[in-house]
Amino acid sequence: MTAAGRGGELAIETHGLSKRFGHQLAVDGVDLSVPKGSVFGFLGPNGSGKTTTIRMLLGLAGATDGSVSVLGLEMPDRFREVLPRVGALVEGPAFYPFLSGAANLRRLDAADPHAEASTRRARVDAALERVGLTHAAGKKVRAYSLGMKQRLGIANALLSPRELLVLDEPTNGLDPQGTREVRSLVRSLAADGATVFVSSHLLAEVEQICTHAAVMSAGRLVAQGTLPELRDAGKARIRLVTPDAGLAEDVFARLGMTPVGGRSNGALVYSASVGEAGVQAGPGQKAGPGGRTDGAAPAGGEVEPEAIVAALVAAGVRVRGFAVEQGSLEDRFVALTGEGFDIAQ
Amino acid sequence: MTSTDGAVDVRAAEPPSGRPSSGWPLLASELTVLFRRRRTWAMMLALAAVPVLMAIAVRASSAVPPGRGPAFLDRITQNGLFVGVTAMLVCVPLFLPLTVGVVAGDTIAGEAGLGTLRYLLVAPAGRVRLLLVKYAGAAAFCIVAPLVVALAGAGIGAALFPVGPVTLLSGDVITPEEAVVRLVLVAAYLTVSLLGLSAVGLFLSTLTDVPVGAMAATIVASVVSQVLGELPQLEWLHPWLFSHYWFGFADLLRQPIAWDSFGNNALLQAGYIAVFGALAYGRFVTKDILS
Repeated sequence: MTAAGRGGELAIETHGLSKRFGHQLAVDGVDLSVPKGSVFGFLGPNGSGKTTTIRMLLGLAGATDGSVSVLGLEMPDRFREVLPRVGALVEGPAFYPFLSGAANLRRLDAADPHAEASTRRARVDAALERVGLTHAAGKKVRAYSLGMKQRLGIANALLSPRELLVLDEPTNGLDPQGTREVRSLVRSLAADGATVFVSSHLLAEVEQICTHAAVMSAGRLVAQGTLPELRDAGKARIRLVTPDAGLAEDVFARLGMTPVGGRSNGALVYSASVGEAGVQAGPGQKAGPGGRTDGAAPAGGEVEPEAIVAALVAAGVRVRGFAVEQGSLEDRFVALTGEGFDIAQ
Repeated sequence: MTSTDGAVDVRAAEPPSGRPSSGWPLLASELTVLFRRRRTWAMMLALAAVPVLMAIAVRASSAVPPGRGPAFLDRITQNGLFVGVTAMLVCVPLFLPLTVGVVAGDTIAGEAGLGTLRYLLVAPAGRVRLLLVKYAGAAAFCIVAPLVVALAGAGIGAALFPVGPVTLLSGDVITPEEAVVRLVLVAAYLTVSLLGLSAVGLFLSTLTDVPVGAMAATIVASVVSQVLGELPQLEWLHPWLFSHYWFGFADLLRQPIAWDSFGNNALLQAGYIAVFGALAYGRFVTKDILS
């Protein structure tokens, strides 16, 4: 993705963005490309440099090296033009505990030289209503719960019409209802044409709302692209339900497939990855509601799914259930960031 | 949150129109936050308590022998307006610098401590504009604090003691109305005196995310300056200390008013504002906001 060709279509673009704190390279040569109109998931384990990157995008911290352009303009030099068009929630909400929710928003709105004073009250009320805080508008923030503060933080990002929203862990501290509301809010913002840049370590959340994603690990950007692209890069796997686990294992071994899990719950459920992928252990074999099953997808390796079934049946394995599962974002994430059992990879 | 027909319509997003507003809305907001804050009220009440306690103590005791206690204390019983002057004199070395240290030390570090600094800057307040507004807020407190002492003193004095023509240090006698003007002038003198300390506090406040640290450091700076001012061995240094003219307001209590110390004080404080303002600027515009 070259900068020259796509520059006009990118809401956020960084080149070789680096940040050094003393000896530690917190962000190392990050090249982000966030297309306009996308819902962009910014993933990474804690301490991988997500928030530091966001701080540099918003001009809060200076880059040690590299360049940042937001909405087509260089940051931090053009912050006066850029930031009024950007709504942000950075590393959790922060407010004056001794002021009411509405007074807090009015205060922060007054800091924006482009925000019209005459419409301030109306805009604050509209933003509070949008996050469901109207009833608590006059309450001191000191008395807010974490979830309410989080909602107020999102309201602050929505005070003015924005072209870009940068939301750092927007569902942190929210109850399931609030999480759902944030998701639907993000979708409605995107439907209105805004670009939404969401940082998160909640993969299910990103999987549900994002069109694009990037993965940070130890300060480096290790993957970036549309969600299907990211998922496809992971290996598909076979899920087999059979009472003849031992026989099936022999067949899989003969086909050059590697086991990723084993039997679970004694129900003779067996999973194996397809092709020559390394050991992919971890929580990937959960076939919960989030797990993807896509029969049309190629099974990833040289082995066709129908060939696997044929081989199983030929070996006398009683096939009670067979599914090709696309690698979930979680598998991909774990593979990329090298957490958990995957550490040797 | 689920409604999509909220008043915030992203499609209406336009590049910011040509002329942004000035910093006035932010300054108004800053003053509102500062003066509606309970801590500010507590400090102003504490300042007002100084003349009140003083006046009650003098009223309750029989007579203050001349020459004992703070200057002018013996005159209170003759004229209640002197409570204001005496109380300001008492507040100069510690109470006023203490409260100003709290406000000035809190300017940037307080916002950083709350985390609101990042949201102000993302708004975007602009670092220079925020620094100016923050200093203006501290300066506003420097105006209000001595006035509180002066007016509370004049008020309690008028309530407990007779009020009449005031004999100035030069021996001239002025009317009570003119005396109130002099009282306000003395308060203005103290305001100017505290502006340099506020600039020091503003700079210290850009160095840390812990407001209490910046406050304590500012107060320590005022104490150190006064202690150095007491050491005869450091006489060469004295004219450069921001506390050098702090007690020079007696010149305003003469007829005609001697403006020399007022002018010298203003010049010295302007120098401190320039130097520490520049240091605060240099520190703050390049600072990584990680709080």
